[in-house]
Amino acid sequence: MAKDKVGLIIIGGSAGSLEVLLQVLPKLKENFSIPIVIVLHRKSADDSLLVDLLSSRVSVPVREIEEKDPVNRSGIYIAPADYHLLFEEDGTFSLDYSEKVNYSRPSIDVVFESAAGVYGSSLVTILLSGANADGTEGCKVVIQKGGITIAQDPDEAEVAYMPGQAIAADAVSYTMKIRDMISFLNAL
Amino acid sequence: MELNVTDKEMEVLLKDIFEQYGYDFNDYTKASLTRRINRLIALDKFPSFAEFRFRLRNDPDYLKRFIEEVTVNVTEMFRDAFFYKAIREHVIPVIATKPFIRIWHAGCATGEEVFSMAILLKEANILHKSLLYATDINPNVVEQAGKGVFPLARMKEYSQNYIESGGKHDFSSYYTAQYDRAIFDRELKERMVFATHNLVSDSSFNEFQLILCRNVLIYFDKNLQDHVFTLFDESLETLGYLALGAKETIRFSHIGKRYSQLQKDKIWQKIK
Repeated sequence: MAKDKVGLIIIGGSAGSLEVLLQVLPKLKENFSIPIVIVLHRKSADDSLLVDLLSSRVSVPVREIEEKDPVNRSGIYIAPADYHLLFEEDGTFSLDYSEKVNYSRPSIDVVFESAAGVYGSSLVTILLSGANADGTEGCKVVIQKGGITIAQDPDEAEVAYMPGQAIAADAVSYTMKIRDMISFLNAL
Repeated sequence: MELNVTDKEMEVLLKDIFEQYGYDFNDYTKASLTRRINRLIALDKFPSFAEFRFRLRNDPDYLKRFIEEVTVNVTEMFRDAFFYKAIREHVIPVIATKPFIRIWHAGCATGEEVFSMAILLKEANILHKSLLYATDINPNVVEQAGKGVFPLARMKEYSQNYIESGGKHDFSSYYTAQYDRAIFDRELKERMVFATHNLVSDSSFNEFQLILCRNVLIYFDKNLQDHVFTLFDESLETLGYLALGAKETIRFSHIGKRYSQLQKDKIWQKIK
């Protein structure tokens, strides 16, 4: 895949992934012009906290997604707690309050699968630390549609299980440490 | 490999359902609808799209299952406790001044939010002069909602939500536990009217002081949302309230200008 074709980056994480985001996102170059969607397993009470935490550290706009928001050319989008996040063909976000998947809502599998259907080979997904198997099935679909999947190096992850599952399922294009993720993203 | 319906197949399917049964899903958001239909095809193990389509066309009972599984009926009591706190503190004192109160829960699913509202009204001593209309597209869930019976296993979580919403009583005083079920007091139910109503095709049926429609509009495209906003606008008294889900808004709709939002909550008052 030509690197200039990346249209969307999705970062999924669970336990132990917030710290990774706080290390990676502030290191992105100033004019980073690919939208990044963050999907974390978390409690709904933390909603504005995450936006506040990131806003003060990055140069691009950070916002929590509301239904039908357009996916703009740049910016960091936070998936709201307690909804599944889906992508529409017309370039907007869709929310869905259906059953939990992998005990999770948002489920990383659901987000990855939906984005793969719309973005195909222009999608890059990153799976971070976590204690849940969510994300593995989604990575398989992303690969099948020609996208790139990255897993955080389990040796470095606070909880190795989640990236480990995806790697074991052979659903990962690259395994990366935090510093490699930063240079990979900045080279896109 | 799981079956995934194509856009073309989706079009054919929705046309069938509309022509044969009169349910119009054409203006539902595609991402969610497609996911629900793929899920149903997998759940019921259809070997091909053609067989799924054939079953739907020829078996009206299967259409009921389709409606039930494709529309989302997930709900809980006192969901988003801060929302109920806002209703308690800002909306109830205003509507309490009316001689008679009519409230509409549009898209009530299995009824958990209707019973939550009845509890708020009872605690404000206005349940006796209120009527709660609870409607849904799905006849099966409306029937279930009318029973006021919910899983006992959820009560601990609901009790927590109730307390966070400003509830001061013992939540368990509102139901009787029987095996794995919590049977809610008849008194709450006596002020409720349950009916099927399709927001796509049915019209306004009364005038209300408060309409709640939470996490339904997320499944509708912009055109259908506008249609439903018109329906709600026609069904609300001046100074009545419209309450939506945590991530929904009327801000970009044609009725938005005539409504004023209560602080940061997803509650709007019709000002003219």
